[in-house]
This record gives sequence, C-alpha cells and structure tokens, in this order.
Amino acid sequence: MSSKAFKQPASLRALSIGFMAFWLLLAAFPFLWTLWGSFKVELDFFSKADWTDALTGARTVAEKGTAFTGAGYEGAWVQEEFWRSVINTSIVCFCVVVTSLTIGTLGGYALSRSTYRYTFWLLIIALIFRAMPPITLVSGYLLPFFAWNLWGVLPTTIIVLVAINQPFTLWMLHSFFQKIPKELDESAKVDGCSQFQAFRHVIIPVMWPGVVTTGLFSFLLAYNDFAVTSMLLSKDNQTMVPKIASFLGTTQTEGNVMFAVASVVSATAPLFVLVMVFQRQIVSGLTAGAVKG
Amino acid sequence: MFLKEITMAGSFALMASAAYAECNVSAGRVNIIGNEFPAIHAVVNAAKTCAGNGVEIKSNLTADHQLINLAGMTGKPAEYTSAIVANSSIVALMNEDVIRPLDDLVAKFGQDLRKNQLITIDGKIMAVAFMANAQHLVFRQDILDQAGVEPPRSYEELLAAAAKIREMGLLEYPVGGAYKAGWNLAQEFNNIYIGFGGEFFEPGSAKATVNNEAGIATLNLMKELSGYMNPDFLTHDSNATNSEWKAGNVALMNMWGSRVPPLKDTEGSSQVVVDNTDIAGPMTVGGGSVPATTLWWDGWTVARNISDEDAEATFKALVQGTSPSMLNAETAPMAVWLIEGYEPTDAAKGVFAAANSGAVPYPMLPFQGLLHSALGAELSDFMLGREDAQTALADVEAAYTAAAKEKGYLQ
Amino acid sequence: MQRSGLMQHKTFFWFFFPTATAMLLFIALPILSVVTQSLFTPHDQVFKIVESCGPFGCKQITSIDTEATDALKQARPLGQWSGLDVYLDRGHLAVSEVAAAWGASDSMGQFFKAIGNLPFYRAMSFTLTYTFVVTPLLIALGFMIALSVNSLHRHLKGLAIFFSLLPMIVTPLIGSLILFWMVDSRGVLGTGLQWLFSDPDLSLKASTSLTWVMLIVYGVWHSAPFAFVVFYAGLQTVPKETLESAMIDGATRWQQTRYVVIPHLMPLVTFVALIQLMDHFRVFEPIVGFNAEAHATSLSWIIFNDLGGETRLLSSASTTSVLTIIGVSILLSPVLVRTWRDFNAKG
Repeated sequence: MSSKAFKQPASLRALSIGFMAFWLLLAAFPFLWTLWGSFKVELDFFSKADWTDALTGARTVAEKGTAFTGAGYEGAWVQEEFWRSVINTSIVCFCVVVTSLTIGTLGGYALSRSTYRYTFWLLIIALIFRAMPPITLVSGYLLPFFAWNLWGVLPTTIIVLVAINQPFTLWMLHSFFQKIPKELDESAKVDGCSQFQAFRHVIIPVMWPGVVTTGLFSFLLAYNDFAVTSMLLSKDNQTMVPKIASFLGTTQTEGNVMFAVASVVSATAPLFVLVMVFQRQIVSGLTAGAVKG
Repeated sequence: MFLKEITMAGSFALMASAAYAECNVSAGRVNIIGNEFPAIHAVVNAAKTCAGNGVEIKSNLTADHQLINLAGMTGKPAEYTSAIVANSSIVALMNEDVIRPLDDLVAKFGQDLRKNQLITIDGKIMAVAFMANAQHLVFRQDILDQAGVEPPRSYEELLAAAAKIREMGLLEYPVGGAYKAGWNLAQEFNNIYIGFGGEFFEPGSAKATVNNEAGIATLNLMKELSGYMNPDFLTHDSNATNSEWKAGNVALMNMWGSRVPPLKDTEGSSQVVVDNTDIAGPMTVGGGSVPATTLWWDGWTVARNISDEDAEATFKALVQGTSPSMLNAETAPMAVWLIEGYEPTDAAKGVFAAANSGAVPYPMLPFQGLLHSALGAELSDFMLGREDAQTALADVEAAYTAAAKEKGYLQ
Repeated sequence: MQRSGLMQHKTFFWFFFPTATAMLLFIALPILSVVTQSLFTPHDQVFKIVESCGPFGCKQITSIDTEATDALKQARPLGQWSGLDVYLDRGHLAVSEVAAAWGASDSMGQFFKAIGNLPFYRAMSFTLTYTFVVTPLLIALGFMIALSVNSLHRHLKGLAIFFSLLPMIVTPLIGSLILFWMVDSRGVLGTGLQWLFSDPDLSLKASTSLTWVMLIVYGVWHSAPFAFVVFYAGLQTVPKETLESAMIDGATRWQQTRYVVIPHLMPLVTFVALIQLMDHFRVFEPIVGFNAEAHATSLSWIIFNDLGGETRLLSSASTTSVLTIIGVSILLSPVLVRTWRDFNAKG
C-alpha cells in the first residue's frame, strides 16, 4: 500500500505515528528496562529502597565500583554454562519448525483443497485437541516415556512440541492456503500433473508468506515453551526457559535472579537478529502480490 | 554459592581416585533425582566420586523433582535408582510402593551410618536422612536495640515488639513472612496451629479436624501478624521475604534455617543488615510449650524396581556421598548436617534450638499433603477479609474431604 | 466447482497422514486416557498404625498398608469406577453445594457470593471475565498496530515489527516476573501509578480488583502481537484495485477501512478470535507469574495445583481437563457455526 494513491493526510499520519510511538514504548519499555538493569546488581534491579536506583545503579557502584557490571552474564554463561541450553534450544527450535511446517503444509494444503465434509470435522477435532491443557498432556506422557526410555532426550521433546502445535499450524496454514486461488493447481492438474506435483511446482513457490508467518509462531512456541520442556528434559538437555527458571530458586533455597535477568536478555538477542533477517520475508515477501484473496 | 560448587567439584576430582577405592562399587547403575539445593549438589557430587570402572553415576537435580520422581521410579527397571526426598515427599513414594526397605543393605554396608539417620517405618528402614531444616526466628539486633526490646520468644512478644518498632517509626512493616497463597501460607498455618496444640486429624483416621478453637486462634493471630507485614504479603514467598530482609525493610521473621546463610552474605545486602542479622530458636504461641514450627529432614531412598546390583551400587555411592569425608569448610555451612563428625556452625543454632526445644517433625501422614493443599487454597479468603475464620476453616475441611474421598482415604 | 477439481480421498489421506499420526499419538490417545482417568478413582486405602522413627525421635503414625492395597490394585488396575462422582464433587461442579446455596440464599447476590466460594466457579468467574475482556481488546489493538506499521516507511518496518513482537517473544514466565516487580508499589510502574492517582498507598497486588485489571492489561499486552502479525500479513493481500476504485468513488479513508479492509480481514479476525478465546480460557502463566493465586484462579491453575501438591490428584486433574475441553467447545460454538457456514459456502 505504498503507492501514491494511498498517501495519508497529514493529521492521520500524525495520529498514526503518535499511536505507533506510544505502542512501541509500551511494548519495548519493560525489555529496555531489563536490558539496562541486567548490568546492575540485584539490589538495584529489584530496588526496594528507591526505584531510581535501577537507573543510577547506586548499589552497583557501591559493590562493584562502576555503574555497570557484567556479573550476571558471567555467572549465567560461564559458571552455569548457559550456552549449553542455547545449543539445545537451537536444535529444538530448528527441528520443531522444520518438522512442524513440513507435515503442517501437507495437511493444511489437503484440508484447503478437499471439499468433502470430513475436512470441516477434522479441523474441528484439531481445534478440540488444542483445547487440552498442555500440563495434563505432559503429565500423561511421563509414565510411558520413562517405561520406553524416551524421557529426557531432545527428540522426544521435539516430537511432542510438533504434535501439540499441529492443530494451530493446520488452522493457520489452512486459512492461508484457502487464499491461494484453486485455479492455480487445478490448471496444473488439467495439464497432467498429479496432486503432489501440482503442490510441488505450483503451490510451494507461492506459499512462503503464510509459511513464514506460521513458522514464526512455531518457532516462538518452541522457543518459549516451559510446560513441556521443563517436564520432559533432563537437566543436561535443558533448553533455555527451564534453565532460566532454575536460576530463580525454590522455597528453601536462594536463587540468583540476576543470572535469570541476564539470560533473558541473552535469549532475546538472537530473536532480534532473526526478525531482522526474516523481516524481508515478512515485509516485502508478502507484498510481492503472489497471494491475492 | 555457585562459585563454591565449582571449586568443590574441582577438589573432588582430585580426591576421586582415593574415594573410588573407598566406596568399593564394582558394578551397577546409579541415577539420582532430587531437588537442586546446594547441599544436595554437594552430596551428589561426593557420591559421584564412586564412578569409574564401568560404574556410571548420573543425576537429575531440579526444582521439579517431585513432578517426575514417581513416574521415573515406577517403570521396570526404574529410570532413577534413588530419590532424594524430605519427610513430606517420601510419603508419595511410599504410598505407591516404589522405594525399597534398606535393612539388608544397612546391615551389610551401612555400619558408618548413625542410628538417628535411619528413617524407620513399621520397623523397616525406608530412607537415610542427611540434613535437617526448620523455620525459626530471624531478627535485626540493631532495630530491636533501638526499640529497646529483647528478641521475642513467643508470637505475643513478637507482636508487641512489632507494635513498638512501628510506633517509634523505625520501620513501617517490621514483620516479614512467607505468606504467599498456597504452600507457604498453609505452612505458616501448620506452624502456629501446632504451637497452639492443634491436631490435624482424628487419631487413627483421615478425618480432618482443623475447624476448632486452635484453628480459629491460629487464623486470628496470622491476621494480626499480617497487619505488620507489607500489604502485598499474599504474594511473598520465601524468596521475596528474604529480599525484603536484605533490603533492610524487615526486623523480625520466621524463616527457614537453610535460608539464613545467604542473609549473612553482603552480596545483595548491606553491611548494616548483615552485621545485625541474628537468629534464635522458634517462637511459642498462646503460652504453649511446643514451638510453633516443624522439623524437616532430607534423606535418600533406593528404588524398588531395580536390580539388587544397582541397588547395592546406589546405596554404596550415597553412603559415600553422605560420609564424614564430604564435610569440609565449604560444605559444612551449607546445611545442618546429620552426618557423623559435623560441627554445628553459627547458622545452625536456630535449627538445633528447634530440635532441642521439643518441636515436632512435619507429620509424615499419607493424607497430610492433601490437607496442606486445601489450606493453601482456602485460607487466602480469610486473609483478605472476605470471610470469617470459621467459614474459611469449614471450607478447608470441605475441600480436603472432597480430595481425600477421591484418593480413597475417606469413604 | 468441477467434480474433477476435488481432492480424492486417497490423495487426501496421504497428504494428511503425517500430521494425523502425530496428533493421534500425542493428543488423541492422552485425551482418551484422561477421560478414562476422570471416571475412575484410586482404591479405598487400607491403613495401619505403625511406629515411625527418624532424627527427631519416634512416633505412632497412620500409614498405608501397601500389601493390602496392592491386592486391590492387582484385581482392578484402573482403580474403582466412580462414574461422574468426581465431576460432581466440591472441587468441580459441586452440585450439592450449589443446591444447598440456592436453598439457603435469599437473594441472587447472596447466592453468587456462596457460589464464588467454590473453587470451580471462582475459577470460572475470573476465566470468563478475562477471556471476554482481553480478546476483543487485543483484536482491536492488534488491528491498529497492523495498520500503523503498514503505513510506516519501508526502512522502519523491520524495527517496528521486532519491537511490536517483543511482548510475545520474552517468555511469559520471566516477562511476568520482571513486570511483577515493576508494578510493585516500590517499582517504577507502581510508583508511577501512585503518582498518577495521587494515592501513596496504592498497591496493585493487595487488591483483588486491581490484580484482575493488572492481569487483563498484561493479557492484552502479551497477545496483541499475535493479532498484529496475522493482520499485518493479511493486510499485504488487500486487493489494491478495490482500494483504488473505492478511492476514485470518493470513499474516505475510514470508509475504505470499514468497507474494504475489514471485510477482507474478517476470516483472519475469526481465526484470531478462535485461537485467542481458547488460549485465554486456559489462562495460566500470568497467574503464576504474578503470584495472583489469592485473587484469581483459572481451570488450568486448578489442574496445576492438583498435580503439583505432595499428593497428586490425578482423577481431579483429569476431570478439570475434560471440563476445560467442554468449556472451550461451548465457548467456540458460535465461531464454529460461522466457520461451518463459510465452509458450506466454499463447497
């Protein structure tokens, strides 16, 4: 919508920019605050005396001699070997996104192209599957997984995350595929392609915008999951989120909250890179005009 | 504390070869599940010195251990050959019969264990305890001096001291407490209820009896105490309470013995607070003689569904893990150890005072956990002033009864 | 549509097979076992009085006679059939308690107060409020963000997208921990609010209604990025020709949005509503993250509480899970009817 015909009037433009600024502040403020505070000591970040300590770092200066300290990062990355969790998270995310999208596009495409009534019911059943609270699902897995010696390893967690996320992926891709005109693959079929060939040669080249968006959500799910990863992974195979949670301590022991804070910032940095890399897909890929309602 | 663990691991590596001969494990599989206390890390690290020569010792120490230990010990063979439990959590494992009696192993390989480490139920040794814990008084000497009061020995004295501190304008919210709705709040109820001489159940039955004079007195006292706490007290767990303490906002609190050492560390605190933080035994209440606290132990068990060889290896490794040789300058202050040769440090005096003043252990009943959950869920209404004490306690009993019927404890 | 255009059953089967297998194994089977579990309860336990000794002395305690209980377990491994007993007990639908409250109350207000004291109905009152306040708000907010980002300059879009996604990216567990501190009466937001309302004693955490507001604001903040991304992707497919012709017809900007953009995005709105209604009905993490158990509970929180205690209530947790599924189905039925109509129109 960048063509000249759609130039906004000045007042609307000001309003829009004002709103955008307000929203960005709202969205980013807690994170920027955390980023700043991650270089302070705990008593500053969670300052019970005066909240401005978090800005000035009064206690940090008193304890460490400077207003900024990398102690939280050092503790998390060096002492607690946070990088192991980073590697585990990368493996889990990559495998979940790839598997989830592969089987999801096949299924979602089929659902959008078959007009038999059962496709509707399949979608409904998938939705009802999604209604199941993950925490119940996971506690049901424990016994069989221990019995078959599948517990604690990454592949099990990956498959579980893929399965739990399938209903959502199917719904999302189904609605995107529905927007791709049926005439495209039908004419290919008239030309003698099989359904799979039509999918392979005609649909795949134009499906990326929807797939990128869906992939983004699959990725975030795998990246942020706590319910599944905390229950199904052993300590050595922990991903980032359960690892961060383990820094927080328990009823009878002290945690180290600043390790957690530093880890949260570290965990968000790769996402920044990722969104920046994929923004071209998200932004310009979609505008290419291949997909029209 | 984390740093200490690493240096410790290093020193153990050096000792490993010596210890390996000492624990004499030749074959078998060991896999330990437990909570991630530094003290438990120390025990497991010491046990790991027995590894080598085909014996692999694995561990999974996590805060979520209670969610997975039962499933992990149910299979045949069980994934975990040992679970590290406390007197509250051993019950779930015994109820499902997944841990084995240790009498024969103790007879053969446990000569060095002290008699009071052995947890015996119905004449069978089910666990070996290695550390103790209890909640007791923590106070700020300087604030009490300014207010001109002695460290309180009863909750009544504590209320008087708190009133004085507030009146003098020393602190606005002088009392701290882990009153977070749920497990913590229920635990505070348990403590004071025991102090009032209350009984949780009808003798020999699973019928709850908390809706009585003692229960009402307990709730009223808790309400009165909460008047001297930060208004957000229902969201404060022991982490939050401790950080209030470190910030110097609190002068009196009932806190876990295991949480005291970090309070004596200037990291995240100030010199004034650290220098003046002192501890004493638990308080009594209502003129009673039993202190308003509970005693806890942590100990290890051995799984039932594993081969005798694995059980033997597990037993030997954990005997090594809790042997006098694991005590050193770094590990000794981590906990109140029940191990032979442990010299109580200053931080342990609160727990020792609790044990010596006739405090009772947290009840090891199959249905205690259900009552604890019911208390945790139903008492917040009273603390918020939405209902009176009697209604809240009736709700507790009703919630407990529904749960106990489901589990088959009540018919 | 021509008959030949239809995807045949066999082709459909092979396309759908992988995803169906994953869902059957990891969702359908567990659901079956959960339903079964909700209909059975553990056997009646046989007790015995035994002596228990430890570091703190000896005591007579009640313990489970595992041998006697084992015999029962061997005979019927599933437990004892309880039918709908667990569904109807105090922890769930509480029929007898509700009936008693109905009989004892003089007014509706009194009745609702009595009902609100039962765990299931208390959880439902928060869950439904939360769901029906958060969902429309986040859809509106997401739509506005999508429109604003879409009108930004090309180079700014990436940055705006990243920052807009932040509330969703930072794990709820830690995100709420940090926000929980910021809204503390001594934190930066808490202090700001105190200043704003000139009430130095204002504490969001100590009051039930303010806790609800805090959770709702967090819910909108956390989920708006989801709606934003979906709508933003949808905006890219708005047909330019239609917009241009509307423009030539003299439609105002508001009219363009109202009559071209919104109808085009309607299927996506349905989709977002569907997913978000469901997610909010299962609200859980904010309650734990904000330590709000005293003020607000949800069905998922009840499940968590049943599974997380020293003694786990499996039948109870299963029952609450089944009730959650039923609740979601009821909640979504209007949207589903709509989808059904769309589907038939499509065929």
